[in-house]
Amino acid sequence: MLARSCLRSTRILNSARNGATSFAKRNASTSSSGAESPARLNMAAAASTAVAIGSVAWYYHLYGPTAQAMTPAEEGLHPTSYPWVHEQWFKTFDHQALRRGFQVYQEVCAACHSLSRVPYRSLVGTVLTVDEAKELAEQNEYDTEPNDEGEIEKRPGKLSDYIPAPYKNDEAARAANNGALPPDLSLIVKGRHGGCNYIFSLLTGYPEEPPAGAQVQAGLNFNPYFPGTGIAMARVLYDGLVEYEDETPASTSQMAKDVTEFLNWAAEPEMDDRKKMGMKVLAVTAVLTALSIWVKRYKWAPIKSRKTVYDPPKASKTTRL
Amino acid sequence: MVKPIYNALFSRNWQMLGTVFAAGFGFELVYNQGMDKVWDSMNRGRQWKDIRHKYVQEAEDE
Repeated sequence: MLARSCLRSTRILNSARNGATSFAKRNASTSSSGAESPARLNMAAAASTAVAIGSVAWYYHLYGPTAQAMTPAEEGLHPTSYPWVHEQWFKTFDHQALRRGFQVYQEVCAACHSLSRVPYRSLVGTVLTVDEAKELAEQNEYDTEPNDEGEIEKRPGKLSDYIPAPYKNDEAARAANNGALPPDLSLIVKGRHGGCNYIFSLLTGYPEEPPAGAQVQAGLNFNPYFPGTGIAMARVLYDGLVEYEDETPASTSQMAKDVTEFLNWAAEPEMDDRKKMGMKVLAVTAVLTALSIWVKRYKWAPIKSRKTVYDPPKASKTTRL
Repeated sequence: MVKPIYNALFSRNWQMLGTVFAAGFGFELVYNQGMDKVWDSMNRGRQWKDIRHKYVQEAEDE
């Protein structure tokens, strides 16, 4: 602001001195006054250039350098990017992996983390059969509508019910976990920078013991991928923790990969259909684009390739060239 | 060759309209089926319908 007003004031000063409204004379040769000495013009040019450079430098000094609000430790280690097959343009989720991932979620994650935006019905046809999903839903009790006396009773779960949370509310979750709230996992893949890579790196990135010099507060665990490096969740995945029904060896990374893909499905259940529609749209659009390019060239070919000949009239006594 | 086609399909506006609608309907039907086939072959073994038989049959046995 200051620099800008400075600039304006010099301009006003100059114009006042020169007795003209425009600072730079457009055509000095035809100016009526003609009294401008080149030395003054040079000085004015030099001064305004100096002001311009100075204001840019001052602005850069003020706003230019990026401010790093966080140290690399606070930022967290950036996750390795893995070649996820389901992240390719024309690939669906591997539903066998989703099924394994759901098993890992149920047996491991669900002890602390809720998945409250996923109803049982959405598992049907992606992870479970109808009968399996119904059986699973019936294992939990849900509140009924108030009956005639206004009492709320319990009923077994239905397919339209949502997967129950391990704790009654956030406060209960905090109280049970040393003050740390286990986040809901429904949208965790969309909700964290790095998505699948971050979740996988976090789950598999616990070192045997924190590196020398790392400060780990009491009750926290060291994980370089977690922003701040101190995470309340301890390492949970160990080789052979779950027993897969399809007899895939349950290594730590296998379980982490499966559960990450499952959580990606929970966050983007529409992905398979979306990609299929995307493929159809791209195929049609590619044909239409090619067609429109061809039509344009077809229509323009005679216009671009024609030759316009100007045949000047011959000079005669009556015509002047 | 072109003349009878034109007379049958495009000479009147309602014929033109009908042709366009029918062609659009037919194209979408064929195109969607074809692309679904392509999609399924690109994702063979990955989709639920490819692994469903494992779990449905188990349920019937029990």
